[in-house]
Amino acid sequence: MQVSDYLIFDEESGTYIEDPEQVVRDDVEKHHWLNVLRVVLKDWRLYLMLVPMILVFLFWRYFPMYELLGCFKMPDSIKSVAEQDYVGFSHFRTLIFGNANSSISPEFWRAFRNTFLLSFYGLLFGFPTPIIVALFFNEIRSNIARSVLQVATYLPKFMSTVVMTSLVVMLVKGGGQMSGYGILSQMFEAMGAIDHDTAVKGLLHMPEFFRAIYQISGIWEGAGYDSIVFFAAIIAISPTSYEAAQMDGAGKMAQMRYVVLPSILSTIVIMLITRIGSLLSIGYEKVILLYNTDTYQTGEVVSTFAIRYGVNGEGASGSRSPNKGLASAAEMMNNVVGMLLVIGANTVARKASDVSLY
Amino acid sequence: MKRKLEISELIFKVISYTLLTIFAIACLYPFLYTISGSISGYTAVFRSEIVLLPKDIQLEAFSTMLNNNMFWNAYTNTLFLTFYGTIWEVLLSVLGAYALSKKRLLFRKGFNFFLVFTMWFSAGTVPQYLNYLDTQKVFSSVGITDDKWLVVIAMGMAAMNIILLRNSFEGVPSEIEEAAIVDGATEMQVLWRVYLPMSKSILATVSLFFAISRWNGYYWAKTMMRDADEHPLMVYIRRTLDTYQDPEQTAGWNEIYAPDSMIYAMIVVSIIPILIIYPFIQKYFAKGVNAGGVK
Repeated sequence: MQVSDYLIFDEESGTYIEDPEQVVRDDVEKHHWLNVLRVVLKDWRLYLMLVPMILVFLFWRYFPMYELLGCFKMPDSIKSVAEQDYVGFSHFRTLIFGNANSSISPEFWRAFRNTFLLSFYGLLFGFPTPIIVALFFNEIRSNIARSVLQVATYLPKFMSTVVMTSLVVMLVKGGGQMSGYGILSQMFEAMGAIDHDTAVKGLLHMPEFFRAIYQISGIWEGAGYDSIVFFAAIIAISPTSYEAAQMDGAGKMAQMRYVVLPSILSTIVIMLITRIGSLLSIGYEKVILLYNTDTYQTGEVVSTFAIRYGVNGEGASGSRSPNKGLASAAEMMNNVVGMLLVIGANTVARKASDVSLY
Repeated sequence: MKRKLEISELIFKVISYTLLTIFAIACLYPFLYTISGSISGYTAVFRSEIVLLPKDIQLEAFSTMLNNNMFWNAYTNTLFLTFYGTIWEVLLSVLGAYALSKKRLLFRKGFNFFLVFTMWFSAGTVPQYLNYLDTQKVFSSVGITDDKWLVVIAMGMAAMNIILLRNSFEGVPSEIEEAAIVDGATEMQVLWRVYLPMSKSILATVSLFFAISRWNGYYWAKTMMRDADEHPLMVYIRRTLDTYQDPEQTAGWNEIYAPDSMIYAMIVVSIIPILIIYPFIQKYFAKGVNAGGVK
């Protein structure tokens, strides 16, 4: 006879009975869920409000995560991801160590390196610029002048990525049969920074300029707007702090060093941590709109690599070409590292300043 | 001592004014250049003679542009996507954020994590693409064959904006809500009459974020909309840019305006609405960035 956890031997009657303690525990558990149900039913309007949002996130944020199973499977144009055959970690092995039949591994590492470098340079140049802009804005005492300058410098942020990149393309484009070269190409040629051939070809077709164009356009777009946060922190400093520093004979640089910097340090730290957290999530739209076959070498990031192989189906031969699996595996590696960075940054933020970002 | 101090401050002030003015000019210049390019004559653009002011003014590029049905079609599509997309997102976000802001909500932490996790980790473009393809199939099977509804319903919804709204709702004192409930208000009335009026500015900011991201949407609209007639403005602009830069497409061109002027004209027309509403929405943007940066 099978003895379950529920049944104990009752010596009085000589039979097996249910354990009373377990019955009570079950009862409590059952009633706990009944309680939950009662609360939910009583407050059903509140829970109903939550439903549409949860469904949208479930369908279009979490279901794609289920598709990530494709990283471990052999892609197939007909079968759904659940029915495909497992191939274990072979996609990851191919990406990381390469295999004899495909040249995809060097391309993946190139994309990974580019992703990191674009983010890193963005951090290096794009992060301090708004702080400096905010310091400059603080010097401008005339309200009219400041408003005019603010309106002008925030403006590029309001343009869509497509319009922004179109402007960039037109400014640095090469000469065609029907069109002159972009004004910036002309200017650089006149300054002797680039030779005539480069100007005719267009800066966006030269791999060595891609990163610079990406960063400068990023600064052009965001420096004014991103300075708002720092500017808000700076104007919150009490004027008496400056006066006290002046009394002690502090010059402008000393005031910066001992009054302004300590006051905005927490804002800087938090913004820096946010930036580090998003180090690997490069916006792919801007890259797609700026790069071309000539600049894959420096421009391609992991997302565009995945789009090229997984969505556009480049290099695919036959319905069982592994490229789709390879592409999602590449992006998953990138995103997992990115997630670790976000969580790490958030933990550091919480420890350092009692401010959690999420 | 006093004298020296003033000099260091003066120098810094001069540097600030100079650099900021240069930066502001750099921000405005591409737009002015674009406007000049769009109304300049063929040879001036062709020989790259434009630096700031237009030359040999023509308005043909604009009139061609404005008489182009494809362009207006794309414009209408963008307005459609922006309007319905924003309404959809704001509606769902407000309802969800309201529920999440209530301390009495069971599994509140779990629901919050459900949202926040999507900010940490995204499945990536390929799984998203496969997911949208499946959605497309499901939508067609219930009779929605227009891909624009796919874009409106399935895309967008940023967790960050919902959290902004939630934080704002959490700041509403619970006594006010209790008073409203004592007066016999239902949950919806409390939300509509108490919470929304008290969070007007953050609601405006969040709606603006949603609207801007809809207006700017490019990649997924281009990838998921099978019919080119449904493409929004941003996709159309990019297609025009590629077309008019291709020497084969512009062979045998008329000599009134350059192909580039056509691109400039299109950029100008597409940013005019933004420029018109820009002064009114700018302050909400500033508020949003401050609320989003540090909580």
